[in-house]
Amino acid sequence: MSDTAKSTPETGAFFARDLDWHPPALTPGYKTSILRSPQKARISFDNSIAETTGPVFGHGMIGELDNDLTLNFAAPGEGAIGERIIVHGRVLDERAQPVPGVLVEFWQANAGGRYRHKKDAYLAPLDPNFGGCGRAISDENGFYHFRTVKPGPYPWPNGVNDWRPAHIHFSVFGQGFAQRLITQMYFEGDPHIALCPIVKTIPDPEAIDRLVARLDMNATIPMDARAYQFNIVLRGRRSTLFENRLEGN
Amino acid sequence: MTHANYQALNYLKESPSQTAGPYVHIGCVPTFAGIEGVYDDPGREMITGDAQGARIRIEGQVFDGTGTAIRDAMLEIWQADAAGLYNSPSETRGQADPHFTGWGRQPTDGETGTFRFDTVKPGAVPWPDGRMQAPHISVWIVARGINLGLHTRIYFDDEAEANAADPLLARIEHTSRVPSLIAQKIDGGYRFDIHLQGDRETVFFDI
Repeated sequence: MSDTAKSTPETGAFFARDLDWHPPALTPGYKTSILRSPQKARISFDNSIAETTGPVFGHGMIGELDNDLTLNFAAPGEGAIGERIIVHGRVLDERAQPVPGVLVEFWQANAGGRYRHKKDAYLAPLDPNFGGCGRAISDENGFYHFRTVKPGPYPWPNGVNDWRPAHIHFSVFGQGFAQRLITQMYFEGDPHIALCPIVKTIPDPEAIDRLVARLDMNATIPMDARAYQFNIVLRGRRSTLFENRLEGN
Repeated sequence: MTHANYQALNYLKESPSQTAGPYVHIGCVPTFAGIEGVYDDPGREMITGDAQGARIRIEGQVFDGTGTAIRDAMLEIWQADAAGLYNSPSETRGQADPHFTGWGRQPTDGETGTFRFDTVKPGAVPWPDGRMQAPHISVWIVARGINLGLHTRIYFDDEAEANAADPLLARIEHTSRVPSLIAQKIDGGYRFDIHLQGDRETVFFDI
């Protein structure tokens, strides 16, 4: 792709979202969804400019430690307690094209499964050197990475004995507001994945598997941190070359 | 061996959504969650200087199926500037107001469930066929119990004529539901409540 082509912003409408692939709104096994799920049909429409455009964030907003959760809340000379890991991957779209320059935000519990949040009253202790938030902006090839500690599983009030698998929350912007996505990353081999009512809101086991990060020994740094690879796919756009639109769009 | 793969459509599938959960604030509005010193909450300020247009405040609550205000939701809004231009690289019609980001993010209050955006009244922007839409703001809502972020729009009750001609509002078969998308003028701004369920359920969009 030439530099000119790269710098020309895309303006096409996004592919229709596959709502059978995403979790439905009403998932009774996840009890909170029962009173928070819309019951009437969504109104569908092809994207207008409000959906094909979106906020874009500059690399300048990112601080040096924003993508290092082991250090970004720690006292000088200290670090977060837990298994040291690197999470890395690419932000792609459904056409398998890299999506550069997108803000990826992540948050998680500490190694004991406790969140730094006033509403989390789990017995596990807070880690004074762990805040639990970080962010990165994908590079020109869609790559992002961050350092953290592996979050612990934790119990939550749903059934009497429901536990969340170890997970990291992700919030991802694209280049259009219609691409906005929040999801969760799980860890390969965790037996809680198959048991979790929130994971099971996703009907298709193949879709669930897309959220399970793989241990990546090639990216693991010897004597330092193991790596997990987690790729994120956002909605793709139609090419405006195919379209014969009237003036005004 | 089949030849099917010679002409396979090799599209990837979008990453499936999962709920933002009750602790979305940690990652998205960390100082609201009490996590100081890492970074400021993005989207808190939409007006970054001498922005053009009328300053407005929009406030409201998000109600569940029992009518209880949700105290752990997060909303994002995206809108054109006062001249009807979006501050985005995909905006090809002109240069948006450099003092207005167009994007805001606010949590609902942990006690009252109220959200509040300080922004400017957006200008009108065209529908894909060239007709003008009524001034509006796109809204995206996430929370514990919401499995896929909900898209809706805010229109304004002092734009009755433009609303009546709006091509998207005209698409809503059950016209009794249109008022769920229209913010009411109140002292100092507009009120926009969101109802997730029930007779007053807000219109949500599949975009």
